[in-house]
Amino acid sequence: MSREMEIAIESFWPILKAGLAVTIPLSLLSFAIAMVIAVITALARMSNVSILRYVFGLYVWIFRGTPLLVQLFIVFFGLPNIGIVLDAWTASIITFSLNTGAYASESIRASILAIPKGQWEAAESLGMTYWQVLRRVIAPQTIRISLPPVTNDFIDLVKGTSLVASITLADMFMIGQQITARTYEPLLIYSLVAAIYLLFITVLTFVQGRLEKYASKYI
Amino acid sequence: MDLIVQFSNVHKFFDGHEALKNINLAFNKGETTVILGPSGSGKSTLLRCINLLETPERGTLAIGDIIVDLSKPISKKERLAIRQNTAMVFQSFNLFPHMKVLQNVMEGPVTVLKEERAAAMEKGKRLLTKVGLSHKMDSYPSQLSGGQQQRVAIARALAMEPKFLLFDEPTSALDPELEGEVLKVLKDLSEEGKSMIIVTHNLSFAKEVADRILFLENGEVLFDGETKKFFDNKENDRIQSFIQSMQFI
Repeated sequence: MSREMEIAIESFWPILKAGLAVTIPLSLLSFAIAMVIAVITALARMSNVSILRYVFGLYVWIFRGTPLLVQLFIVFFGLPNIGIVLDAWTASIITFSLNTGAYASESIRASILAIPKGQWEAAESLGMTYWQVLRRVIAPQTIRISLPPVTNDFIDLVKGTSLVASITLADMFMIGQQITARTYEPLLIYSLVAAIYLLFITVLTFVQGRLEKYASKYI
Repeated sequence: MDLIVQFSNVHKFFDGHEALKNINLAFNKGETTVILGPSGSGKSTLLRCINLLETPERGTLAIGDIIVDLSKPISKKERLAIRQNTAMVFQSFNLFPHMKVLQNVMEGPVTVLKEERAAAMEKGKRLLTKVGLSHKMDSYPSQLSGGQQQRVAIARALAMEPKFLLFDEPTSALDPELEGEVLKVLKDLSEEGKSMIIVTHNLSFAKEVADRILFLENGEVLFDGETKKFFDNKENDRIQSFIQSMQFI
């Protein structure tokens, strides 16, 4: 067996292990929080209370308008200057949740706006309150429409977690860097890292397909 | 006859354009009123003001003992109270696509009226049978023809047991073959003595079913009276030309 082959086989498990220990839990947790933020933000930006629209608009503007890596550095390296010291995990979860929340709020807002006005009117003319209309009529239809764009946001998040290597978290990318330093095989090792990301995203894409099929059963 | 819906000095503006000009009208219980008029005359707007899907800027709207001063902000409570007395059927049906037919009909009674599921289901089945669709109960709206969807929408409206049924061009999105099945349901309801207000372009239907005709143009009521008098009208040139132009379509 060639030397490259041996290195690749030896490296596979340590990199995958970092994926299972860091990349996946970080992505899932951040995404769950991001979705809560995204729904609240989307509704606030469509509300008729102008202060809500303004405050949440400001939030989206800032988090979409600045680089994710810079945000991560501000939270992890910057905030200690004003007395807020966060460990790398907490800093990562906060940053990724807020960043993905900003993007996903737009995906959700677009999906809600895509639902015909007649759906609101029909529900309101039955005498439903705003929250009843949202829960019973708008939310189920929004889920279907928002699946593709929100999965996009999720995929972006999964790949974006590779940035945590720069704030000391031992994710797949950092493990890859360490192995590269030892073996001098950057092409091989980084390709291996890329392949494992691709594997994760492939699983996600498959899940998206199943969910879409399920959510579209009434079409 | 009991007086139910009353408009007093109602004005409605859209971006500075006055869509309804000083409307004073009463709609009575048990009556079928058909609202006619050219496009843009304000007939749909008038209908949509009855359940406050459009909110007029001035005047008073009364349904039974609920009286709403339209020049003031309307509370959620007032809005819901007005809507509980009416149910609307739309030109584009607006069924909830993610719910099966029976669920569509049960949704209002269960969510809004807080009826027991079993009772609401019983009522839903009965109403679907009435509009001839008991065999489509477990279908999704997308599996139905336009005429069938509109009949489900009528059952959904009836399930709320409203004092007034509002129809906004209920057959305009249907081809003539499907229009008939919906009009037949409307005729049956009218004959049962339901209180109905219908906006339509179908003159022969209006002639056959309406107890009363309202003719609107430019946001004003040009005619308000018995159906026969409207169609036999000899004095008003505008109404005569309207009726004639419709007959060539």
